[in-house]
Amino acid sequence: MSDSLSVAYRRPPALAVLSNALVILWLVVAAFPFVWTVWGSFKVEGDFFSRQSFWDAVLGIKTMLQTGQAFTLDGYYGAWVVNQFWRSVINTAIVTVCVTVISLTFGTLGGYALARSGHRYSFWLLIAALVFRAMPHITLVSGYLLPFFQLNIWGLLPTAIIVLVAINQPFTLWMLHSFFLGIPKDLDESALIDGCSRFQAFRRVVIPVMWPGVITTGLFSFLLAYNDFAVTSMLLSQDNQTMVPKLASFLGSIEQTGKVMYAVAAVVSATVPLFILVMFFQRQIVSGLTAGAVKG
Amino acid sequence: MPHRTFLAFILPSALAMLVFIAFPIVSVAIQSLYVEHPKVLVKVQSCTPFACTDDVQVDEAATADLKRKEPLGQFNGLSTYTDRAHLAFGEIGEILHQNAGFSDVVSRIYNLPFYRALVFTLAYTFVVTPLAMILGFAIALAINGVPAFVKGPVIFFSLLPMIITPLIGSLMVYWMINADGIIGASLQSLFNDPNLYLKASPTLTWIVIFIYGIWTNGPFSFVVFYAGLQMVPLDTLESAMIDGASRWERVRFVVIPSLMPLATFVALVQLMDNFRVFEPIVGFNSQGNATSLSYSIFSDLNGQFSQLFGSAAATSVLTIVGVVVLLVPVLIRTWRDFNRKLA
Repeated sequence: MSDSLSVAYRRPPALAVLSNALVILWLVVAAFPFVWTVWGSFKVEGDFFSRQSFWDAVLGIKTMLQTGQAFTLDGYYGAWVVNQFWRSVINTAIVTVCVTVISLTFGTLGGYALARSGHRYSFWLLIAALVFRAMPHITLVSGYLLPFFQLNIWGLLPTAIIVLVAINQPFTLWMLHSFFLGIPKDLDESALIDGCSRFQAFRRVVIPVMWPGVITTGLFSFLLAYNDFAVTSMLLSQDNQTMVPKLASFLGSIEQTGKVMYAVAAVVSATVPLFILVMFFQRQIVSGLTAGAVKG
Repeated sequence: MPHRTFLAFILPSALAMLVFIAFPIVSVAIQSLYVEHPKVLVKVQSCTPFACTDDVQVDEAATADLKRKEPLGQFNGLSTYTDRAHLAFGEIGEILHQNAGFSDVVSRIYNLPFYRALVFTLAYTFVVTPLAMILGFAIALAINGVPAFVKGPVIFFSLLPMIITPLIGSLMVYWMINADGIIGASLQSLFNDPNLYLKASPTLTWIVIFIYGIWTNGPFSFVVFYAGLQMVPLDTLESAMIDGASRWERVRFVVIPSLMPLATFVALVQLMDNFRVFEPIVGFNSQGNATSLSYSIFSDLNGQFSQLFGSAAATSVLTIVGVVVLLVPVLIRTWRDFNRKLA
């Protein structure tokens, strides 16, 4: 509340203490798992997974005994070098960049058309998109597998990319549709009167002003592709795995070998890009979340 | 906009959705009517110098050939839907016919795989969604009062549980809550009970997954409600105050009603997302105590010996029916709104 001095928002001291305590408690609950896992990823397994006490992990007693230092990069070495986690990092980069770019290209064209067409079918398309948005991804995956085996396109990166683009479309369409509704119609209509075709009007008049909405939508497309597990774990072959399915396959193999710290290091590595994303685009993410809510 | 131009603009997007969302739904429906071919068996006579024995072996070549000719498998009608792994009509009839009271019926139905997954999925959806919304609302109210320079960092850390990859988030929580993680080990020594660990009882597993769900869902409600709070009319709040409304009454009769449309939106999105709960089951490795519809599809497709496409497809169709049932109230409301606009 910018106007927090308003009497309506002034609180008695007891309530202020209580609500500040809630904020602090929430901060701890929200942030602690991240802090703890990042810290623990530089320790040996005996410390991070200690039955005796969590002080082992804080002080790094076994880490000192085993490596001679309080911090160790063994987990990261194991994940990145021994288990070649970098391959899945490259695959993730390819998949997320392609999904984001293609989703936005399809989505801006479609969202613009939906926002400017007054016909009844555009309403039905939006409703269909809403229903599609609700479909659990794994149910769709079970529909892909057999046809993809038949067509011999299972396991390839482009397959996963186009599937993720399609799964992403309903959300992208809704988001960009409501964003384009906010751009005055007069803008492109005056271009039409000046003799532009619809596409020229879109390219010359609408594209230059649409970037804030596109960036916000792009962030969410990126997150969908980055966070996906259902599609990438079922549709990618071993060599083409992205980070999240690769992690899941770590989990299967580490039980026997006692290499849990590899997985911890991989988890931390995969979290870093998300951290950076939130740091730089916090405002856009918040406005994207609320835009859908306020308008929809 | 003329139809032709509209079509040109929407085509890439519509085509992608048609081929990769609408078509798979049809494909799943068709697949669910088929079941995998049985292995082709051949009788092989193996003779030693003294005696001959008949053996039954799998004819790999013929099995592969059959699979290639009819990739869908053999037609099975609706039998997959009614078998023990899905709706289990036979078993349910038997349970209802012969049982030792109500709790026996419940526990035996719960032991059927489909109902197990369904019960957990519904429980997760309808426990986590409201609790996460209440948590989000409480945090939004609390943060509204803190000084402005604190708000940025608070929002930054609040976004993390929501934005984190679900599998990664559940792994982080799982590692902490495990018997040798910080929370698990501390709880054990606090209560001096070495048997207190995540997998000890289904109840404990359920509670832990619900808490994880609230942790990861809360921030979304928080962000939306926080934005909504900025738009609550100050005049109304102040006049309510002059009229003698207490703090709680102001929240109850001014703030909550003006946030109601937002709450409906949040509830809709969260219900859709929570109904597909999947990654926590993998992350917490909890399929023994808690499993979801999405997870049963995943495990059918990921089978160790063979992939059960028919079974996965039947569960998928049943899941889609569930989603549609969840969506019906929303669709009816949108339809009414639309007609009102036309009238």
